[in-house]
Amino acid sequence: MSEQEYVTFRIGGQIFGASVSEIQDVFSPVHMTPVPKAAGEIAGVLNLRGRIVTAICARARLGLPDLESDAPEPLAIGVERDGENFGIIIDAVGEVLRLDEGDLEENPVNLDRTWASVSKGVYRLENTLLVIMDIDRMLASPDAGEQAAA
Amino acid sequence: MDDLLSEFLTETAESLDVIDVELVRFESSPNDKNTLNNIFRLVHTIKGTCGFLGLPRLEAIAHAGETLLGKFRDGALDVTPDYVSLVLESIDQIKVLVAHLGEEGVEPDGDDRPIISRLEAAAEGRSEFSEAPAFKPAPVAVAAVAEPEPEPDDAGDPDLSGVPEGNGRWDADQGRYLRPGEVTLAELEAAFASVDGPPEVQNAQPTAPAGGSGGGAGVHDDDHEGRKGGPGPASIRVNVDVLESLMTMVSELVLTRNQLMQILRKAEDSEFKGPLQRLSSITAELQENVMKTRMQPIGSAWKKLPRIVRDASRDLGKKIELVMEGEQTELDRQVLELIKDPLTHMIRNSCDHGVEAPGDRLAAGKSEAGTIKLRAYHEGGHIIIEVGDDGAGLKTERIRQKAIEKGLVDPAEAHTMSDTQVHRMIFAPGFSTAAQVTNISGRGVGMDVVKTNVELIGGTIDLRAKQGEGTTFVIKIPLTLAIISALIVGAGEHRFAVPQLSVVELVRAGSRCEHKIEFIKNTRVLRLRDKLLPLVGLSDVLGLGDDGVDPGRADLNYIVVMQVGETRFGLIVDQVFDTEEIVVKPLSKRLGSMTQYSGATILGDGAVIMILDPNGVATSVASAAHAVRRVAKEERDAAHAGAGTQEQTSFLLFRAGGSEPRACPLSLITRLEDLDASTFEGTHRGPVVQYRGRLMPLVHPVGAHAMRSEGRQPVLVFSQGESVVGLAVEEILDIVEDRLDLQLSGQAPGVLGTAVLKNRSTEVIDLGYFLSQADPAWAEAAAGQRRKRQRVLLIDTHPFFRNMLAPLLKASSYDVEVASDLEEARARLAEGAFDAVLADTDALPDPEALQTELGAALQAPLIPMTSRQDAAYTALGPSVSKSDRHALLAALDQAIRVRGEAA
Repeated sequence: MSEQEYVTFRIGGQIFGASVSEIQDVFSPVHMTPVPKAAGEIAGVLNLRGRIVTAICARARLGLPDLESDAPEPLAIGVERDGENFGIIIDAVGEVLRLDEGDLEENPVNLDRTWASVSKGVYRLENTLLVIMDIDRMLASPDAGEQAAA
Repeated sequence: MDDLLSEFLTETAESLDVIDVELVRFESSPNDKNTLNNIFRLVHTIKGTCGFLGLPRLEAIAHAGETLLGKFRDGALDVTPDYVSLVLESIDQIKVLVAHLGEEGVEPDGDDRPIISRLEAAAEGRSEFSEAPAFKPAPVAVAAVAEPEPEPDDAGDPDLSGVPEGNGRWDADQGRYLRPGEVTLAELEAAFASVDGPPEVQNAQPTAPAGGSGGGAGVHDDDHEGRKGGPGPASIRVNVDVLESLMTMVSELVLTRNQLMQILRKAEDSEFKGPLQRLSSITAELQENVMKTRMQPIGSAWKKLPRIVRDASRDLGKKIELVMEGEQTELDRQVLELIKDPLTHMIRNSCDHGVEAPGDRLAAGKSEAGTIKLRAYHEGGHIIIEVGDDGAGLKTERIRQKAIEKGLVDPAEAHTMSDTQVHRMIFAPGFSTAAQVTNISGRGVGMDVVKTNVELIGGTIDLRAKQGEGTTFVIKIPLTLAIISALIVGAGEHRFAVPQLSVVELVRAGSRCEHKIEFIKNTRVLRLRDKLLPLVGLSDVLGLGDDGVDPGRADLNYIVVMQVGETRFGLIVDQVFDTEEIVVKPLSKRLGSMTQYSGATILGDGAVIMILDPNGVATSVASAAHAVRRVAKEERDAAHAGAGTQEQTSFLLFRAGGSEPRACPLSLITRLEDLDASTFEGTHRGPVVQYRGRLMPLVHPVGAHAMRSEGRQPVLVFSQGESVVGLAVEEILDIVEDRLDLQLSGQAPGVLGTAVLKNRSTEVIDLGYFLSQADPAWAEAAAGQRRKRQRVLLIDTHPFFRNMLAPLLKASSYDVEVASDLEEARARLAEGAFDAVLADTDALPDPEALQTELGAALQAPLIPMTSRQDAAYTALGPSVSKSDRHALLAALDQAIRVRGEAA
């Protein structure tokens, strides 16, 4: 069985993971320019070392409330798709875990549709569950994702 | 695909394009040996390379074509259009094969026998063409120039045709027998050496047959050595991707430079100043040069056009000559790619619809052959491309009719449109005037597609047409899409870039400015040089949060006047920052569907901002487009009203009692509101409503009983200093601009008279009457600020203004005497002293003369008034617009105050 390395991060009360190979970097999303009239989960665009990054708010995408104002500054995980740069805004970054691919379980059938659409599966860790994020679906618009899941 | 093959494909594609052009040129001047030799050489190179690369199908066709060309060159065959068509056909077949080769890497299966046998038949004179070609022996003179030794089968011996390979002459250089009609390599070299090629191929012509001993490979090598080592400008092939990434990096460098310069601006006397300045200028130079690498002469997009014109003129039975000017004009290759298709379509269009049939031309006293002229030149950061023909021009009446038929315009409107306006209808979607659909154009996707494509790259298109003299289309496109000049504007907290190309001008509007934003219900408009400009708030377009201040109602607004195609509108923004050269970055796919933006950019300060798409902004405001139409209509109506000696006045039409419309001068109204009737409260004086933090008395022209008690109640709000009064009406109908022709009559109180507005008899209400009825304090409100009532003399020849202004002035607690002419004015002045004199300068003598006329009797300051919308300067100072109540009162107040201080 092959092992995979996952970067873990927290959104709300849930720990998520994404394959290390998919994540370019982790940065703090500052000087973000909102894009009026854009879809709700588009947090804005920002300049990351001379490249324009489209920031997607994971909380909005997953239907979670906004981060409270007194919470620590959020972070963003940077990914590149088709030559474009995206940032997924998350609450906090955790450790890197090495997990066996065979242990990945399918999404529970009763999982919220939006969540199910962006989840590749779940790992049972010792004291928590780790949802493996489907980055492509996460970046796509919710409608497209839901249709794909349905 | 191996390098050799891809090299071959690129080169062959270029050669084929050249052949197309040259063949058409050759057809018109068959005696031009240079052209023919150039074609011959190119075809020969293709054949040779194909042989070397093992591409038998291509080689066979190229060979057959070359044979036929050889006959032309030797003078064995006369050049006829049919022959040229046949050669062009073979070139087309080669193109098909090359295209397949490019996709699959191998030649497609199939048989080219039909075309080859036709080529061979033509070469042998066994023609299937109707016009029997003259088959004459090679003249010695020609042979001396082109060919030292005539081919044996040149004589047209039919026995030698179709002989199998090997039965021909032996060519030692190629190591094989020659095919029918083929010449030896040595002969070919000799032929080339004896003739000068056209300039563009000169450096490809080998100075010596350096590698001429290797068969097909030799030809290939020759060509390369010629290119690399020959005289003339040295050039190399560079992958487009490399240029693109170079461009991206330079863009980044420019941005970083801008950032540094911004930091430097803040820091005075920095030791970095010198080096940074230098870095800045080098960056600019670098940018310019990298931009240059992306530039290509527009001629490369025109290469296919001569062929298209030729084919089209043959198909249509017309004689058309294509004249191209400014092929060397350079523009960005990205733009070049995008302009190709629209240009092709326009050229086809000109062939089909522009140039008339030869008979018609002769009948019109023109030369039989029509001319299509293609011109390109630079003009202020843009490139202008003109496509003009000397045809019949546009059939204005037919277009007008068609536009009505298609429902693009209503009949009444269509007949008031100017010719140019009618002509522009051909850009309307779904418009195609061709009576029958031809092969060339008129498939229903017409000029509207061209227009859309041109607009997609930030360009504009317009046309000039003159009956009987032709039509010219003018396209204006930016030189490059990568860097554009943009205006940075602010809405709320946000900044946006507006492409400068669409910005016509900037206007400041507000209570202290010359321009004011006015309201028709909730639609904002601006009077700009006698036109109504529809306005939209950027905050509204982008749905930015309402921060309490309604855009357009603030004290000071900036209006960016924009032109998108035919549509002109004003964009209200909160701030205008600067013009910047910005590097356009494409929108993320995730935002790609948004029509409001065309891209994003990084500003000098490092912030990312969105670039507004003027087209998107225009369409997202449907009402704006509607208003534009109305403005256009009003303009026409105004033009029809004729001489324009009479001033136009804007009126608000509303209904209040009865079905007849009533009117009130728009300029007197502060605001139009739609209030909730349930919030109205009754007082002993009448109904009031809480409005913007204070009580506003309400009056209804018919009486308080007509006031609604529930639902919405439209109210015209008039304000005067601290006090406001609302006039409730049943319905707000419209705003019209018309000449005022007031017929006075001794009518009911509250009515000034009747006027015909937009062909309807309309009662013009007496505002003064209603306002003092609603608020007896109306008059006193303003008076509180003054110690004693001032006496004002109002001289106006126009009864309407006398009747309108006198109550207004009274309401503002002035004592008003009225005079309708100079005679009367002198009498009034003699009677007593006035604090100020308001004189209408439109009808009366000019102000200076007026002053003299009134002479010593005039002790008070004279304030010139005009009924024109724009206040003009007169010898006595600025004149005041009669319809601008605030300005009028302010001027009066000022004049009296100045006089008081002086006394």
